[in-house]
Amino acid sequence: MKVLTLNFLTCAVKTCKASSDSFPLHPKDAELASDDVELNPQLLVNLLPRIDWNALRTTSTELGFPQLPEQPPTAEELQADEKMLKDLHTLLMETQLMEGKLVCGHCGHEYAVREGIANFLLPSHLV
Amino acid sequence: MAASSTIPSALPSSSAADDVAKLTATAAATEEAEARAEAYERTHVHGVYEAIAPHFSATRYKPWPAVASFLRAQPPGAVGFDVGCGNGKYLGLNPTVFMVGSDRSPSLIALARSRTKQLQRHQGSKARDQADGAAWEGTGGEGGGGAGPSEVIVADGLSLPFRECAADFVICVAVIHHMSTRARRQEAIRQLLQCVKAGEAGQPGGQVLVYVWALEQSSSRRGWDEGGEQDLLVPWVLKSQQSQQAKAPKETRDQDTAGAAASNKSGEEPPASGGAAAAGLDATQSGAAIGQADPVFQRYYHLYRKGELEEDVLAAGGIVVSSGYERDNWWVVATNEPLGHGQPEAEI
Repeated sequence: MKVLTLNFLTCAVKTCKASSDSFPLHPKDAELASDDVELNPQLLVNLLPRIDWNALRTTSTELGFPQLPEQPPTAEELQADEKMLKDLHTLLMETQLMEGKLVCGHCGHEYAVREGIANFLLPSHLV
Repeated sequence: MAASSTIPSALPSSSAADDVAKLTATAAATEEAEARAEAYERTHVHGVYEAIAPHFSATRYKPWPAVASFLRAQPPGAVGFDVGCGNGKYLGLNPTVFMVGSDRSPSLIALARSRTKQLQRHQGSKARDQADGAAWEGTGGEGGGGAGPSEVIVADGLSLPFRECAADFVICVAVIHHMSTRARRQEAIRQLLQCVKAGEAGQPGGQVLVYVWALEQSSSRRGWDEGGEQDLLVPWVLKSQQSQQAKAPKETRDQDTAGAAASNKSGEEPPASGGAAAAGLDATQSGAAIGQADPVFQRYYHLYRKGELEEDVLAAGGIVVSSGYERDNWWVVATNEPLGHGQPEAEI
């Protein structure tokens, strides 16, 4: 699972959705891999406004990546900054969470990630 | 002869379960009906797709034209979810958007993942059209530019893990007709609507495209039409390689990938049944008369009548942008009320 994807996922438990603690989910015992993906600067620039930057900063730090700046770059800044483009590409598109868990900060439920696939099916008592 | 069975009243057909909910409006009764509906779908939807996943996937590779054009119309950088993505045939179709597909079936998601990884590997490669092989013909590569980035996760359509209001668009193709009560179908649409961005002044909200099987299929050989039973079990005959070869082409063409172009255009057709397949209600086996011992799996369907999908969108708090009929299916594009016009209440 890409780090980009984590930015769009929250806890599947309905009562958690209203809580800001349920997003982003926290990786635990994460095993990472790196995919070789061709850099597409335009795609990154276009995706930028859809990304929750604060959540991405949290995820990035939790996975051991260097701290991201407090504010997201503007489209113009990103377009002109080759290093920033490359760093974001590596983080969002190439880094794969292959094994581990995703933990909800509100209810504590742990979702398993196996072979790169996160499973959000809930046990019946949480549905 | 319709290749289907009407559900006996002992099973929680939609109307039975709806009636229970209506007449005894106590929480306990509703909960019980819900649990029964869940258990029923476990047997007649989830269990079936787990069992037939590779076979099903091999017959599902052609995108519906209307879904493909909806996806291609999305602006560059858009983020979309495909709820009930199956083998992921729509993921990567538009190279400029990011899509996350979810499905209840881990087996289908495993297939979807290897497929999207393969597409990504071929991104930008001239050889990708050949390398993809015939099985994925028509997806991803159209219009050049390779496949868009995508992801797949295992999730239930009634407990989606998507961040609310985050998506530019959502598609849900041939999924909601597998839910066995009207309340569950409307709740599924409500959850799709919660995924997309709300509209603001001068800016339309995100759109949700839903496809469901139609009751009105007078032009199809299945023989279903207006006024008929809407809640059905439809058999899927899991043919072995051997018996596929032994069958006459006419009988097997719906499941035969080589011949699928002719009959599989709608993307969601059940296999033609030899008649005997309709007899059994057991999800595991009942097809002794077909081939040697081809297992027959019974999938539950609610066939939508004209206008019903739009009613469900309204009941889910959405508004209908456009709707129509295409090849035995009803479709609707729905969105949320723009902000300031009274948000639909999310009481779950």
